[in-house]
Amino acid sequence: MTSGAPPANVNALGLSRDIYKGLPSTLCAGCGHNSITNHLIKALYEYGVAPHKLAKMSGIGCSSKTPAYFVERAHGFNGVHGRMPSLATGAKIANRELMVLGISGDGDTASIGLGQYCHMIRRNVDCTYIIEDNGCYGLTKGQFSATADRGSILKKGQVNELETIDVCGLAIELGATFVARSFSGDGKQLIPLLQAAFSHRGTAVLDVISPCVTFNDHEGSTKSYAYVKEHHAILHTPDYIVGGREIVVDYEPGTVKEVQFDDGSRILLRKLDVEYDPANRVGALTVLNEARERSELVTGLLYIDVQARDLSEREKLPQKPLAQMNEADLRISREEWSQLMESFG
Amino acid sequence: MQINDLTIRAATVNGSGSQSANLVLANAIFRLGIPVAPKNVFPSNIEGLPTWFDVRVSPQGYQCRSSNIDILVALNPATWHADVRDVKPGGAILYEDTYAVTGATKRDDVSYYPVPFAKLAKENVTDAALRKYLTNMIYVGALAHLLGIGEDAIEAALRAQFRRKLKAVDTNMDAVRLGMNYARENLTKTDPYRLEPMPGNNDGLILMEGNSAAALGCVMAGCTVAAWYPITPSSSLCESFIQYCDRYRVDAETGERKVAVVQAEDELAAIGMVFGATWAGARAMTSTSGPGLSLMAEFAGLGYYAELPGVIFDIQRAGPSTGLPTRTMQGDVAFAYTLSHGDTKHIVLFPATAIEAYEFASQAFDLADRFQTPVFVLSDLDLGMNLWMTKPLPYPERGFDRGKVLSAAELDAAGSWGRYRDVDSDGIPYRTLPGTEHANAGYFTRGSGHDEKALYSEDPNVYRNNLDRLSRKFDTARSAVPKPLTEESGNPCGLIAYGTTHHAIVEAREQLREAGIETDYLRVRALPLTSDILAFIERHERVYVVEQNRDGQFYGIMRTELPAHAIERLRSVRHYNGVPIDASAIFDPLLQAEQTELVPA
Repeated sequence: MTSGAPPANVNALGLSRDIYKGLPSTLCAGCGHNSITNHLIKALYEYGVAPHKLAKMSGIGCSSKTPAYFVERAHGFNGVHGRMPSLATGAKIANRELMVLGISGDGDTASIGLGQYCHMIRRNVDCTYIIEDNGCYGLTKGQFSATADRGSILKKGQVNELETIDVCGLAIELGATFVARSFSGDGKQLIPLLQAAFSHRGTAVLDVISPCVTFNDHEGSTKSYAYVKEHHAILHTPDYIVGGREIVVDYEPGTVKEVQFDDGSRILLRKLDVEYDPANRVGALTVLNEARERSELVTGLLYIDVQARDLSEREKLPQKPLAQMNEADLRISREEWSQLMESFG
Repeated sequence: MQINDLTIRAATVNGSGSQSANLVLANAIFRLGIPVAPKNVFPSNIEGLPTWFDVRVSPQGYQCRSSNIDILVALNPATWHADVRDVKPGGAILYEDTYAVTGATKRDDVSYYPVPFAKLAKENVTDAALRKYLTNMIYVGALAHLLGIGEDAIEAALRAQFRRKLKAVDTNMDAVRLGMNYARENLTKTDPYRLEPMPGNNDGLILMEGNSAAALGCVMAGCTVAAWYPITPSSSLCESFIQYCDRYRVDAETGERKVAVVQAEDELAAIGMVFGATWAGARAMTSTSGPGLSLMAEFAGLGYYAELPGVIFDIQRAGPSTGLPTRTMQGDVAFAYTLSHGDTKHIVLFPATAIEAYEFASQAFDLADRFQTPVFVLSDLDLGMNLWMTKPLPYPERGFDRGKVLSAAELDAAGSWGRYRDVDSDGIPYRTLPGTEHANAGYFTRGSGHDEKALYSEDPNVYRNNLDRLSRKFDTARSAVPKPLTEESGNPCGLIAYGTTHHAIVEAREQLREAGIETDYLRVRALPLTSDILAFIERHERVYVVEQNRDGQFYGIMRTELPAHAIERLRSVRHYNGVPIDASAIFDPLLQAEQTELVPA
């Protein structure tokens, strides 16, 4: 590469946007998931993720099909239902150089996969974990999932009488170090949140409300396009700033909260009508609970802790990936072996 | 006199510290050059339930359990009646002298040695916390006197047990001497049992648990990721692995660890982490037992169909459901072989000895990488948690076989490649690892239907061709798994066994020989079935398949897969009460069956 600014049609790695595309989506036209895929393509391209370093992980369901629809040349793993967190954990500890990106759904996360979701968060596995959340099962034709709001109504009139599982509130309770909520239709908000999640060291949970146009976009649904538009309460406007880059926009003093990540990059949260501190765990839970009482969908970076150690750090893993170690790295020496054998019986 | 041929049973209450005393006793006898086979029969409980520890001693070095109890150490009032009943005529009973010897416990065909263990401990051990524990060392001393085990051997065993804790050696040795002195002054020997040193006989041998051996196999195979959920009797495998990694995989200066061990939330997550890690190129294992294996079924199918390496240790215990968590069985054979729904089949290894536990553990990683598939190592509680006399584990002479993994340079040379394409006609495709810097390296791993390029497909021919290729791969594995071992001299009667059943076979064949029945023997060491097995059956008129489960699971697999003329010759012999099989469980039914065969109709 020559010095100076890169050409306009490539990213910092010199790769074009096409590299970040995948196979054509087989999901329904208008599906929120397709919008998320497009935002992801843009976020990954702008961020400059090296495709060979990206590990796209997913479980089962409509959401879990989407890793095939972006960065085709990256390795992907569409595993079993609700068990993606364990696969992602294994992949990350095997090769800590990989950027692990998990795509899940509300059934995959909050129903069949709730246990693995909780324990991945407790371990603070370094990965981005996106929940494409439409409150229903698409592939099996529209049953409620565990994130469906109480009182919401299925297409055929059935009312959900069960309390919803708030995957963000739960994550914060469990000690998650990055929790955000967004909407598939709001790329302006979602893209910087995604990029911040990539920079975050630890489990970054993004619950993205993503309407199911076929089974859950009707009157009475709380995950429809119309409902989200009416009830959307935005906490702040996020901007993601790549490490070392100057901030070119002027912010009025006191209107911006800034969080800096290990890689030098930052997320700037521009204040809207209310004061919000994403470093306050209790405050985050209160905002989520109050929003639920008011039937509001509150979005933004709900909680962040950039200090916590991730799994690889706690395990004291070396920089060299475990996957690349050989006999010389791993075997007990001949001399030590003889001594060890002598110590038995 | 009955020299060096007896079984000592210590009947105690668990949680009382008797395990250490029993190990010291076994180790002291071992140090005299006399072969030992310790068997711990313990409860699924932390404190207060009956536990038995048998130390079998035999000049032949039999490693199987014996049901003939020669000497009983009775320190559990709750089992006193039953324990006395189980001593064989002519045997001896060393017991707490406050137990009533009356009625059924008053036998005239055994020797009684009353010792006031509680009183001796109370009078001589001032530390109340240590008293219960040291009571056990008193019986070691009393037994040592009665059997003729020298003080030196006990002390050496104590030193081995307590390593650098010299004070512990002294404290325990005091209790041992207390027992010795009491026995010398108060007991008159009336039983025929004696131990006589066999100098040099055990030279070059060590005592080791199968789970430790397997853990060392994992270390030497370069396993870097272990994910597990604690479950008896497999926990000590992962715990040993952690212990060895703490010692040999940590950088002294930086504290960095060349291993990641994750205690998972359940067995589903444990095996998921294994497959995530192997997909990304590490060698990974989990260890479990029956209930955990049940939970792993879903992922096992993904491993088979998406073709992911992975090593799963199943240290088998008794029973369906929770069963008997602290008892042994070969009950998961059929389940493990086809673990998961649909057409699924796995490579299964059956170690019988500590060396095989070590070698098969290592080999499992090579096979898993070579065949890109989960490999199950089916050990059991008997092998895993009991001590076995063994030669030291050999240092590996070969490097890792990482199988068909394409590097970036190889991808350049290959041109196009397909993740599931059978290039070499052996059913084994090529894979790439995430992180390989090449435009063609990536592919999409999935448990759903896929074609040679790993793309989603529901095409009937594509699906069927892929399943046929997986069969081809399984056939290739037949010649790569450990071959059966045979001992043959042209007899019409053959025996087939696998795993720890082997040790009872060794003794039973000797007993049958003495009864005039010569047998040939084939020990299976792996699934899939190899051609040697069919050939062995064809060379024999009758073949007894001996195993430790109710339904004859391996016999069933052979009935499914072998031709009719071979099946006709098979007979099933089964043992399934949770304690390790002994020779009589083979000798008795075989003698009866063979005598029937030999009597002209």
